[in-house]
Amino acid sequence: MIKVLIDGKAGAVKEGATVLEAARMLNIPIPTLCHHPKLSPFGGCRLCIVEIKGIPRPVTSCTTPVTEGMEVTTSTPALEDLRKTVLELILSDHPNDCMLCERAGDCTLQELAYFYDVKENRFAGERRIYEKKDGNPFIERDMEKCILCGRCVNACEEIQGVSAIDFAYRGFKSKICPPYEHDLNCEFCGQCVAVCPTGALTGKGWSHKGRQKDIKEVDTTCPYCGTGCGITLHVKRNEVVRVTSKESGWNEGWLCAKGRFGYSFIGSPERLRTPLIKEAAGGFREASWDEALEYAAKRLKEIKEKHGPDSIGGLSSARCTNEDNYLFQKFMRAAIGTNNVDHCARL
Amino acid sequence: MASLATIFGSGAMTNSIKEIEGMEVIFTIGSNTKETHPVIANRMLKAIRKGARLIVADPRKVPLVKFAEIFLRLRPGTDVALLNGIAHVILKEGLQNDEFITERTERLEGLKKSIEAFTPEAASKITGVPKEDIIKAALLYGGSRRAGIFYTMGITQHTHGTDNVNAIANLALLTGNIGRESTGINPLRGQNNVQGACDAGCLPNVYPGYQRVDMPMVKNRFQEAWKATLSDKEGLKSTEMIKSAAEGKLKALYIMGENPLITDPNIGHTTKALENLDFLLVQDIFLTETAALADVVLPATCFAEKNGTFINTERKVQLVRKAVEPPGEAREDMRIISELSVRLGYPMNYSSSEAAFEELGNLWPALAGISYSRIRSEGIHWPCPTKDHPGTDYLYKAGFPRGRVSFSAVEYIPPAELADDEYPFVLTTGRNLFQYHSGSMTRRVAPIEAHAGEPYVEISAEDASRLGIRDGLMIRVKSRRGQIGLKALITGRVSEGLLFIPMHYKEAAANVLTSDALDPYAKTPEFKVCAVKIEKINSYEEVL
Repeated sequence: MIKVLIDGKAGAVKEGATVLEAARMLNIPIPTLCHHPKLSPFGGCRLCIVEIKGIPRPVTSCTTPVTEGMEVTTSTPALEDLRKTVLELILSDHPNDCMLCERAGDCTLQELAYFYDVKENRFAGERRIYEKKDGNPFIERDMEKCILCGRCVNACEEIQGVSAIDFAYRGFKSKICPPYEHDLNCEFCGQCVAVCPTGALTGKGWSHKGRQKDIKEVDTTCPYCGTGCGITLHVKRNEVVRVTSKESGWNEGWLCAKGRFGYSFIGSPERLRTPLIKEAAGGFREASWDEALEYAAKRLKEIKEKHGPDSIGGLSSARCTNEDNYLFQKFMRAAIGTNNVDHCARL
Repeated sequence: MASLATIFGSGAMTNSIKEIEGMEVIFTIGSNTKETHPVIANRMLKAIRKGARLIVADPRKVPLVKFAEIFLRLRPGTDVALLNGIAHVILKEGLQNDEFITERTERLEGLKKSIEAFTPEAASKITGVPKEDIIKAALLYGGSRRAGIFYTMGITQHTHGTDNVNAIANLALLTGNIGRESTGINPLRGQNNVQGACDAGCLPNVYPGYQRVDMPMVKNRFQEAWKATLSDKEGLKSTEMIKSAAEGKLKALYIMGENPLITDPNIGHTTKALENLDFLLVQDIFLTETAALADVVLPATCFAEKNGTFINTERKVQLVRKAVEPPGEAREDMRIISELSVRLGYPMNYSSSEAAFEELGNLWPALAGISYSRIRSEGIHWPCPTKDHPGTDYLYKAGFPRGRVSFSAVEYIPPAELADDEYPFVLTTGRNLFQYHSGSMTRRVAPIEAHAGEPYVEISAEDASRLGIRDGLMIRVKSRRGQIGLKALITGRVSEGLLFIPMHYKEAAANVLTSDALDPYAKTPEFKVCAVKIEKINSYEEVL
């Protein structure tokens, strides 16, 4: 363990830990934009600068490993002044349209602008104007809002192993895009969307469905493959309008295209709304629950009496909960009297 | 799963997903992990960044191959030959774990004899994998004491799926790569709660917790708990139910949340079987292809509309929470089942899903220590027998429940249907990244449909150019059971002579073509190998 003193607080961290990690461990806040705890340090945004005793100029805490006996100061008037200047520079080229932005209220850049009171911008001037041209149905890329923090590039490469996007051009013209600025064509896992600290990357399906106000967040488990990722359903007026995943969960916030973008079946107009009974002519007619259940029970009873319980089978569902499945097999075994119960484990 | 349970006593992943990070060697076989379990693949990539080495065995050049050190591109259905070949090299090079073998296994001699003939040369001949690669894979896997094997339906959906699993188990037993952290055998389950459905007793031979229906003591216990008279006759497996319905023996079927018409092999046969029933009751969230054949359809709730638990592939019990109200008059499955049960003269009355979960926990010690309140923020891996037990990340730490575990002598048996002059291509089926299973959910999700809404057949550039097939051209794929028309996708993923069709698309359902030949023990259909031929056509209309 290496001893460190940050803002007068003493702590010990394991070798290789960065000053930023040490500070967070000691509950000392340092603002960041490009840093993401699950990704390699990038050192791009310069907000996490700190002063270290013995080093003549500020250094980025996210890329500086702690050394024995290091003394760190995270906040001085000079550091805060530098941070505000960095923010002003970023915001000088950022659309000032928070009132329309999908991420308003959930945006690190907005939060920092508020915290540092960036009202007037000394650097107002030329802006990068980009045409939106993505045809993909999953991810909205508003590159005018991109602050070039590189989180999406790192997530795509390190987490997903896809490298669908990277930095292109230089200087003021720098932008993040797929090769040759083609349309995005990737696994659409949306890890980039999950790590974006601004409104540059959002879900296409999120648009105008609701932001923070009146949204209920419900933590649950993904209904697709057997991995069982933790997901959070964002609900507004009885509609699931967005799916996210918590970084603190066992799947570290990572999802796939289905888990992140495949939720609209829940509110599909094709959902069954009433019981249906087949008519002699072959079509279905709507029925009440009482009628449908009475009829189903009557038919099952008749068949059981005439042909015995083993003439009835039940297929349960790997979609349903344990409780549903437990009841289903209990029904087949205790109410019908057969062990003819199975599900799709083999298919 | 059945075969793994026969060998070890439990048919589940022996490791937790988190442990992947600590593995030295990852060996996937018959698993397109990057597309079917993308977030588990993320964990594998994380391990690789930390220095783990990856072996991928698959007939297709699946996306995970990009990260592999060794890619074993075997012919479909030759897994046993490959695995026996690897075992042969491990023994020949003396890489086996003698201490483990002596303490925890038996019948090594039988295995030795059975793999004698599987020299790398012989295995190479059957599998088409260069012998150097078989040796390299054996040295890598056999040389590690922290190696994990991962497989999915590419291993089990064969007429010899049980043999495949046995051959995998042999490798882990030879090297002692099981029963410790970050090493084991890991079948990745394809559905959110397929583990839970098995655990909860939706299997024809066992009650909840894999307790056998034909053991009088067990039966008596459940009779007492459920206050009912139970049958000790083993029931029919799903594939057998369809067969029995076709024969007119099974008269009624109650299907909750499944779509066998699309997911079962040989759709023509499944349709006839379901139509042959006196009474078909389907409970689902959509009017699926199967529900359309029903006499009564009951509208149910989806995962977002109910409380309960799922058990994921790593045996972790996790909470499912209600977020929205169901549409119209749709009801929770538990309530529907209870009301039906009451009408059949067997009262069921649960005040909440938690009450049902507690009852399940009382009947199976592995879940006894888990309660809703304990898994509020994070799930717990079973077995968890007591309220203060932390759960079990990896199985068999203290040995195997049945004492010593046997090696199995596994013979190589070719697939039931091989390519021949009339049907010269081998077809294999599976999922793609964007769609899910029968498609009843994802095909109703607009962005997924916009991006991946069209059926296709993967074909190699060599075959395509030989037959004059351009990318995107409509072709007809025919097997002995039926035919479908769909677009050709020319790709390096499949090798010459091999075709792949994703199973999701009802308008060109792969299971029109597949064979209903079953594994004799597990009764799993051979989705991964059947013989087909292809012809050029100009539009869908010509097929219909």
